[in-house]
Amino acid sequence: MIPLSYYIVLSAIVFVTGLVGVLIRRNIIIILLSVELMLNATNINFVAFSHYLDNVAGQVFVFFTLTVAAAEVAVGLAIIIALYRAKTSINVDDFSLLRW
Amino acid sequence: MSYLVFFYLATVIAVTAVLVVLLRNPIYSALSLLVLFFHVAGLYVTLHAEFLAAVQILVYAGAILVLYLFVVMLLNLKAEDRYHNQLPVAAFLGLMALTEVILLVLHRGSPVASTEEFAVSSTGNTESIGEVLYSQYLFPFEIASLVLLVAMIGAIILAKKDLLTGPSDKDHRETAST
Repeated sequence: MIPLSYYIVLSAIVFVTGLVGVLIRRNIIIILLSVELMLNATNINFVAFSHYLDNVAGQVFVFFTLTVAAAEVAVGLAIIIALYRAKTSINVDDFSLLRW
Repeated sequence: MSYLVFFYLATVIAVTAVLVVLLRNPIYSALSLLVLFFHVAGLYVTLHAEFLAAVQILVYAGAILVLYLFVVMLLNLKAEDRYHNQLPVAAFLGLMALTEVILLVLHRGSPVASTEEFAVSSTGNTESIGEVLYSQYLFPFEIASLVLLVAMIGAIILAKKDLLTGPSDKDHRETAST
């Protein structure tokens, strides 16, 4: 039987990878993919705890995470397309509209 | 045996997660994310969440990733050149957070860390999830449907060309010509 801590460490590795990806990449699409990585890390935690505590609630919450991920992808990609139309670029350094 | 399976899945998940961030071509990033999704689904199967594994492949690999690839190919991008200039700070912070969590988990030994498997539920996985989802979590389920509806409408409005840029462009052109 694999200890629960192994799953938590794996989830932490994936989450931190996604976090670093959001911080260091300039491509908006890669940034959204890194957000997906972080959501998947939380999902691994949810399912692992659900299994070890013998409670289905964790697996139900994965569904809500999935819903949020789908909504985020739909809106995020629409925003990317709108930005690309406006500036012909998806480099985040080109979008400093709120900087003063 | 179960250790072997877990370590194979965990290694592939960790490596592909790093590849998603490191690869320069967005298409390759998306494809390595696809490999990660499949191996996370395999992890769910080892945790007796078979229904979630199926949903993971259907929704993540089937819907979300296809949407990403569609947009990447629609925008026709070339390979991205550089990283952001906050790479050292991000790497330092990420390393700190990661070592902190790993040390906390491995050294302290949380009370659930050594828990053995309690019991395999007698009913099926899908059945038990459905029972809880449609009774105890019915209201959040409805809220989730609302979130999806709002996201759908928002995506259509954002990506629709004429609605946002069309009239304002025309106004702009008219004011410029007069």
